[in-house]
Parts: sequence; C-alpha cells; structure tokens
Amino acid sequence: MRIGTLKTSYAADEALFDSSVQRTLLVLLALGAIAFPFVASPYWLFLACLCAINVASATGLNLLTGYTGLVSLGQAAFMSVGAYTVAVLEIRLGTPFFINLLVGAGFAAAIGVLVGIPSLKVKGLYLAIATIAASVILHFLFSHWSLTGESRGLSMPPARLFGLNLDQPFLLYWLIMPVTCLMVLGAANLLRTRIGRAFIAIRDRDISAEVLGIPLLRYKLTSFAISSFYAGLAGGLWAYFFRVVTPESFPLVNSIFYLAAIIVGGMGTILGGILGAVFMTLVPELLKFVANWATPFYPDALAALAPVRTIVFGGLIVGFLIFEPRGLAEIWRRLRRFFHLWPFRT
Amino acid sequence: MVASPILEVSGVSLAFGGVRALSDVSFNVPEGAITAVIGPNGAGKTSLFNTISGFYRPQAGSIRFAGESLDGVRAPQRAARGLARTFQNIALFRGMTVLDNIKLGRHAHMRTGVLDALFYWGRAQKEELELRAEIEERIIDFLEIQHIRNASVGTLSYGLQKRVELARALAMRPRILMLDEPVAGMNREETEDMARFILDVKEEWGVTILMVEHDMGMVMDISDRVVVLNFGQVIASGTPREVQGNDAVIAAYLGSGDVGAIARRIKAEAA
Repeated sequence: MRIGTLKTSYAADEALFDSSVQRTLLVLLALGAIAFPFVASPYWLFLACLCAINVASATGLNLLTGYTGLVSLGQAAFMSVGAYTVAVLEIRLGTPFFINLLVGAGFAAAIGVLVGIPSLKVKGLYLAIATIAASVILHFLFSHWSLTGESRGLSMPPARLFGLNLDQPFLLYWLIMPVTCLMVLGAANLLRTRIGRAFIAIRDRDISAEVLGIPLLRYKLTSFAISSFYAGLAGGLWAYFFRVVTPESFPLVNSIFYLAAIIVGGMGTILGGILGAVFMTLVPELLKFVANWATPFYPDALAALAPVRTIVFGGLIVGFLIFEPRGLAEIWRRLRRFFHLWPFRT
Repeated sequence: MVASPILEVSGVSLAFGGVRALSDVSFNVPEGAITAVIGPNGAGKTSLFNTISGFYRPQAGSIRFAGESLDGVRAPQRAARGLARTFQNIALFRGMTVLDNIKLGRHAHMRTGVLDALFYWGRAQKEELELRAEIEERIIDFLEIQHIRNASVGTLSYGLQKRVELARALAMRPRILMLDEPVAGMNREETEDMARFILDVKEEWGVTILMVEHDMGMVMDISDRVVVLNFGQVIASGTPREVQGNDAVIAAYLGSGDVGAIARRIKAEAA
C-alpha cells in the first residue's frame, strides 16, 4: 500500500523519485551495482558492461524514436562514428579518454543532425529508410578510408587513468557503469523540462505543437543531436571495452537490435530503454545456457544457436507488439500499481 | 466600446486550387473585447483561423497583430508573440497528463536549454518550479480543474478536455485568445460554465477573445462584436443586436431572402 507520500511543496511534487520506497530501492540498486564487481565472475562483469553500453545507446534511441516519434535505423552507425573517433584519437593523439569520448560523441551528434535534416519533410518508414542510407554511407566510408584502417579496422590501446590501464572488465566497469547512469539520469531530467515536453508534443500531434510555439525542425534536430550524442558516447565506451573497431562491429542488424530493445522495453519510457536493452542483451546468454543444457540430447544445439537467436529476437518483437505493445515497463507499472493498492484492492 | 484594434485582418483572400475559401475578408478585433465569427458550415471560419495562426498563407491581403505585420511570420513565432488558440477537434496530447499539457503552453516563454535540462540544475529547475506554481495558482485554480491535474487527458470527458485546452492556451500568456467552437457538443451546464470562463478571461486577465461558435444563444449573450462570414466573405459585422436584425445574415442562415415567405410556406404545408 502506498502511504506517506503527501507533498507540501511543488519541488517535492516535481521530484524525479517521489516516494520513499522508490528512493530506498534506488539506494539498494546503487549498493548492488557497487558490490557487483567484487562478487561477480569476469564473465558476468563482461555482460554487465555490455548491458550498460546497450542501455546508454537504447536510451538515446528512445529519446528520438520513443519520445519524439522519429523512427531511426541509424543508431549503430552513430555508435560507429563515436567508436572510430575514439579509436583514431587514442591511436594518433593519445589524448585522455574522457576527452576522446566527448569528442566522439560530439562528432556523432553532428552527423546525427545532418542525417536528421530530412526529418522535417519525411516521417515514419521514409525517415527510417533515409537513416539506413546514412548507415550504408558511413559503413562505406569507414571501410575505405585509410584513417579508419579500411576493412581491417583499428586496434587501440586501453584507456588510462592515473597510469592505470583500464583493460579488464573489472576496471572498465567503473568507467562504463557511472557514465551510463549519468546518461540515463540526464535523459530522465531532460524529459521533465520544456525540451522533453516539446519532443512528446511533436510525436503526438506536430501541428498543434507548432501552434504552441514549438519550432518543429529545431526540436527534431535537437532530438537527433542528443540521440546520436548518446549513441556516440556508447560507441566510444564500446571501443574502449573491445579495443578493436572494424566496419563489421556496427552492422545494420545492431540498429534493429536497439529498436527491438526499446519496443520490448517500452517506447517512450526511460525504464523501458533500460529494461529492454538489458533483456535483449541477456536473451542470447539464456539461449546459450539452454543450448548447453540441450547438447547431450541434441549434439548440434550450439551450432543452431545463431539462427535460433535471430528467430527468437523476431518472435519477441512480434510477441511484444501484439500482446504488450507498451513493453516491459508497462508490466512493471502494473506491478507497482498492484502494490500501491494492496491489500485493499487486488 | 471604442478600443484600438489588436488584430487587423485586411483584404485576406485564400484559395485551395479552384475553391475560394476566403475572399477579401477584412475586419478588426478590438482589444479587450469578445469578437465572435459566425456563419453557416463551410463559410470559411476555420480557414480564417488557420490563416491567422499561420498554417495557411493567404494569396492576398495582410494581417496585423498588435500593430505589427504577421507577413512571413511562422506559426511558432506567432504563438510566441501572444497569439494563442484552441481547436475545433480538441488538439490536446492524449498520452500526457493535464499538468504537462498545460505546461506545454508556456514553451515559447521558457529559456531552458539542452544542457540545463540534462542536469536539471539552476535555470531549468527554477523555471520549472515557477511555472508549476503559476499554473497551479492562476490557471488550475481559476478553471477549477484541481481534481484532474494528474489525470491522463485521454480519460477525461469532452467538456473537461475543452477546459484543459483553454488552460493550455492561457499558459501561453496570450494577448489574443482564438477559440474554435469552445462549446460545440457540450450540454447546457457545460456551455454555461465555459461562457462564464470566457467572460472571466476577458475581465480578469484582460485578454482579447476571438471565437468561432455555432451556439447562437451564447454568441449573442457574451460577444461584444459579431462578424458574419458566408461563402468566404464578410456579409455583416457589428454588435449582436445589429447582426441579428440584418437581412443578409438571416438569408445566409435560412437560405432565402424573404424569411416571412418561408415561414408562410411552412405554415401552409403543415395545414
């Protein structure tokens, strides 16, 4: 049951986490995240970092597609811009990693704005096609440019902090996790200001948004810029995590992966981006587990993993679209509601 | 009432292909008064509103607002200058709460940038809290919608949605408020509430009102001036009393020049 949430100031009512239960859960989650690297195996740490990177990128795409209503299949391409920029800066100039990450994200944002320009005239499917075109162009560029190592790609040294090489998931965790948390918090903040409201207004009814004084092109481009900034930052983290960036690191299928993540998680909710990205990152692991378990009975189980994975992804997207179009976040919301009213009404 | 016009529409013509929606429409909206635009269906009332809001660009004529020409000024800038409106078919954002819908109205007057917003420090937070306080104390209180502030707009009744749309328009700090059929589809009680709110907006907020409405009872009761459109042309304008007695207006509504003749014919056929 929900009690003790009486507000006496507008500031308290406008707070991001407005109940003590939420704040307690959040503190527990933060403590868990801090304790995690000390108890988890390197494999689970690897997965945690991968989840965090995907959460960062999916949150960015959620701002663009879930909140502003602009469908993009360019998220992986924007990530590659960030990853390549970081790799080139690290190899050629050896500048500190936080500068590389910011420059990479900035570049990705600039490219995002360029790709977003057609969004004033085209929407939906047509915009998605335009973003695919941009991805293909970027892929071509990276695989033919000597600066980006052509089709061989680039191998880069690890990030360094106070003379320490961040080359283990255990160390990188302390870079990736806080950055991702800040990015998600930033997105949540953005959405409670006039900018977030303008995004939603454009998604729901762009004509009446204009009458309210919201210039469409400017906000659509802002949305593209922020979203690809997030992608670029996630791509930069990805580069430091894997330390090899090739043209095949960010295929178009990854863009579909992020779109699937926000559909499964719940478009237009911050929680949806987080849940969706974590869920979609862990599904292949679950499948691997199942395949290992099935190997004694069916020796080819591991070989069938890749095609099965694709089918399961497809099935998940279709299943969620039909049965839970508002995604995992909606399931969580229902669960919360149940406990708010429990035990008086179930 | 003699007041300087806040909105001057002069010689506006608008055509879609061969269809002339407005031809040479001219009228003034005096500041601080309620002006109603009436006319039969298809007379061009909503086209006129859309031209004033900046959705349609007229082929001829000009519109001046508060002494400045609106030529080449796009819809969002017109909104920022104080031209607020509501729509005939409610244009609220259904997924958002009432409070967020109203907050959207203030968009053009806020200064929060992307960086402020991401960190929610300083200006962003200050602006949001000031806005919240003002909306609560001036608008929500005034329109008596405290009980639904956190409700999702999609769940509200039609009358309440119209009221929320008015609230959002008021949050725009309007100098002129354009209401497109504010009481269409409402029952008598809701209509009376809305009429009272419109009068209060005029008197307490000092906002000029320009409205399109079919409910003649309400138009004649609360308007200071009435402009009558028919087939895209202004056929009469003046006080409600003047317009009511105008032959052209009666003809436009009843379809014939001689009202008495129609009345006699109906009687004869009934007998």
